[in-house]
Amino acid sequence: MNDLIFARSLFGTTMGFHIIFASLGVGIPLMILLAELIYQKTKDPHYGIMAKRWTKAQAVLLGVAIPTGTIAGTQLALLWPGFMEVIGKVMSLPFQIEIYAFFIEALFMSIYVYAADRLTPLMRIIAVIFIVIGAAASAILITNVHAFQGTPEGFKIVGGEITDVQPWTAFFNKSFAVTAGHVVVSAFMTGAFIIATIAAYKMLRNRGNEKVYTLHRKALLLGLLVGGVFSLITAISGHESAQYLHRYQPEKLAGAEGLFETQSHAPLAIGGIPDEATQSIKWAIEIPWALSFLAGNRFDTVVKGLNEFPRDEWPPLFIHTLFNGMVLIGSLLIVYAAAGLIWRRVLKRDHFPRWMLIFFTTAGPLSLLAIEFGWVFACTGRQPWVIYHMQKTSEVVTTSGSIGILFLLFFIVYVILGAAVVFVLQYYFKRHPVEEDLKTSEA
Amino acid sequence: MQLDGTTDALLAISIVWGFIFIYAVMASMDFGAGFWSMIYMNKKQLKATNIANRYLSPTWEVTNVFIVGIVVALFSFFPGGTFVLGTVLLIPGSIILLLLAIRSGFLVFSHAAKGYERALTYVSGISGFIIPAVLILVLPVTHGNVVYRQNGSHQLDFTNLFLSPHAYSFMGFAIFSTLFLSSLLLADFSNVADERDAYQVYRRNALITGPLALLLSFSIMMTMRTEANWLYMKMMNGLPWLILSFLLFLIAFVALFLPNTDNKDRLGKPRLAVIAITLQYFTASYVYGRAHLPYMIYPDVTIQSGFTAPETFRALFISYIIGFIILFPGFYYFWKLFMKDKRYIKQPE
Ligand code: HDD
Ligand code: HEM
Ligand code: HEM
Repeated sequence: MNDLIFARSLFGTTMGFHIIFASLGVGIPLMILLAELIYQKTKDPHYGIMAKRWTKAQAVLLGVAIPTGTIAGTQLALLWPGFMEVIGKVMSLPFQIEIYAFFIEALFMSIYVYAADRLTPLMRIIAVIFIVIGAAASAILITNVHAFQGTPEGFKIVGGEITDVQPWTAFFNKSFAVTAGHVVVSAFMTGAFIIATIAAYKMLRNRGNEKVYTLHRKALLLGLLVGGVFSLITAISGHESAQYLHRYQPEKLAGAEGLFETQSHAPLAIGGIPDEATQSIKWAIEIPWALSFLAGNRFDTVVKGLNEFPRDEWPPLFIHTLFNGMVLIGSLLIVYAAAGLIWRRVLKRDHFPRWMLIFFTTAGPLSLLAIEFGWVFACTGRQPWVIYHMQKTSEVVTTSGSIGILFLLFFIVYVILGAAVVFVLQYYFKRHPVEEDLKTSEA
Repeated sequence: MQLDGTTDALLAISIVWGFIFIYAVMASMDFGAGFWSMIYMNKKQLKATNIANRYLSPTWEVTNVFIVGIVVALFSFFPGGTFVLGTVLLIPGSIILLLLAIRSGFLVFSHAAKGYERALTYVSGISGFIIPAVLILVLPVTHGNVVYRQNGSHQLDFTNLFLSPHAYSFMGFAIFSTLFLSSLLLADFSNVADERDAYQVYRRNALITGPLALLLSFSIMMTMRTEANWLYMKMMNGLPWLILSFLLFLIAFVALFLPNTDNKDRLGKPRLAVIAITLQYFTASYVYGRAHLPYMIYPDVTIQSGFTAPETFRALFISYIIGFIILFPGFYYFWKLFMKDKRYIKQPE
């Protein structure tokens, strides 16, 4: 029992830590690509400087993204051997193809970082395109395994034996496209908002220094524009994810919405705390009929409630809060992007008010928070199943024991790496201020 | 092509073996380079650290993908075997992961935070030196007598592992062969870079560590004879290959004393030595891998027990072929930019 709790905590912590760097590893290369493209097109040196500095930061982030990913991949086999036995037989294609994506990423990242001065502009752009493709493909493929856990297909378990394996049916399982799409666009959105966060922070610091301010304003606008576009797409694809839950994992949707009774014209509850004893959500704002409409595009859609399912198969009720948090942040960031773009493009103001910039500095961290909420919601909301309605998490956990101490050790290492990466980034960019790059580009 | 179950399993284990071989060579060079860059940190004029870093910077990421590739190939092809391996290796595997994480992290950080380079280089250098020693323990674990069964599940017998001379032979071998391979490669690299002093240093290091690595490989055979006799007997069936392997080692050693045709001021043909040693490791690990078959973990787990579903094997195999075709030009381009282009190898820091 305890080993199960520790194994879940350990794996969840690994993933929660990896996803920060993984999402940035998908999102920031896209921003580098856009900056490179604008630079090659307009020859505005500011964009060249941005591409260079973001690349440096990304190279440092890789120092954590790659080892934590390696840990994640190996821990799957170490902590959940029973699960990986099924995955190996049925769903190993995405892992295998992901290796090729990693290679593409790694090869071209090294080429772009260490051979930049020897590449033609065209080759530089091709290299960044491959980095973006490699990173996005990694995310899509690994998410596919997660999608398979929710909508397993392409095999049967008969008397404990796995039979009738169809690897490509498993690969193209029902929720692959929707889930992978949501993950990738939310990663693009996060990369863009992190850039916006840093730019806003620098603008606050450099109010008197017009040259530096202008450079950061360009970065902020690029971040808000890209972030805004992708947050709209994220919201649409998130809505689609919810409709998939309605169809394929109804107890997860019921948990997310805190819905106890099966009903048509179901209300949408925002906020509040689901309470099993009173079969209601305390202190929530309820919008009548909205949930039914969101789940099936019609007010008379019947939405299943938790009571429909055996008590021991309920997801934990706190996923309601995580789901709300994710949606709230998504909506808020759309507002951020719209406000910033209107201020600059419609009202044509050169300077942003202080309070606005302070808001913008929260964009990136909020976006990362939404990703954390989303994943914990998706993975914990699947409990008690590791493969939906086929295999329980408690059946697959390792029998080796002593996971508590490992949890502690990994936790310490993540703290060290996390602190070191922040320190190193600060150290590097303090010693290489943007003024230096501006001077070099003028000379 | 009509493949029955056994040929499938053989093909699959050959792919795993290929990944392990490539990783073993690349990682030795990678970890060793980290170690040397720590050792020569204070002797700037030698440029030995400089050379090590120039090799290390672009390659560690690519090398790391191979270890992920091994793990993925294992559980894709041999889900049943990986079940046992994963259970047995929870603790050692986790230790390796922790060390790897520290090492890769601080390796990257040391390039960005120049003021703290020393401290960071120590962390990555020392952990890079320990990792091969721990990593190689996976091999003696599969030889059988440190794994036992309890309540139907496999467990690792730590006491026996710690008391096993066989395990220590492997650890010693891993350390010296890491240092040996990396010195050879860096000697070749500095020869191309025209760094005479660095070349002399690495050539000397190769001359010292090479015989030590060889000695420890003999000690592995000796301890194997008592601790894993089944494997020893089967390896002896491949004696001609072992002799060939030994000859290749001699060729490499002699190559370091041949006249250098491009540069009269130094002795040795490092490129020839690198090629001979790579072939030597190839033959030696071929004999080892062949003798190990059909067991993944002696005596319970074979490559046939718990082999993946045939449909999955076919799909994976096709993906390997396509993946290789797609990636090959990328690898070629990479090699050209970093291992061949003198503008990179020779650049002043
Ligand atoms: C920037 C991050 C972000 C933002 C703003 C949103 N999401 Fe999201 N969401 C994710 C990041 C994310 C994620 C981290 O990428 C998840 C976790 C698992 C997954 O597949 O994607 C996710 C999962 C996820 C799921 C669960 C899928 C599953 O369990 O299989 C649903 C139903 C939604 N989202 C719905 C939404 C809606 C309606 C949003 C409205 C704006 C929204 N998300 C914004
Ligand atoms: C990267 C973002 C992810 C985060 C933050 C995350 C988070 C978590 C958390 C918190 C748990 C523990 C759940 C619990 O026991 O309550 C968990 C379990 C798990 N997740 Fe995820 N997860 C992520 C991605 C994935 C992906 C992409 C996969 C598919 C390969 C995956 C597979 C699993 C498995 C196998 C478990 C353990 C079994 C289980 O608890 O169901 N996770 N994850
Ligand atoms: C959905 C969540 C995930 C996303 C978006 C994601 C994305 C990424 C990306 C983009 C990278 C490359 C880092 C970089 O080069 O910038 C990466 C690395 C890695 N990820 Fe994740 N990942 C996720 C979850 C997982 C899970 C669940 C596993 C393990 C099962 C995993 C295994 C790995 C491995 C092994 C690496 C290192 C590859 C290397 O050595 O280059 N990832 N991940």
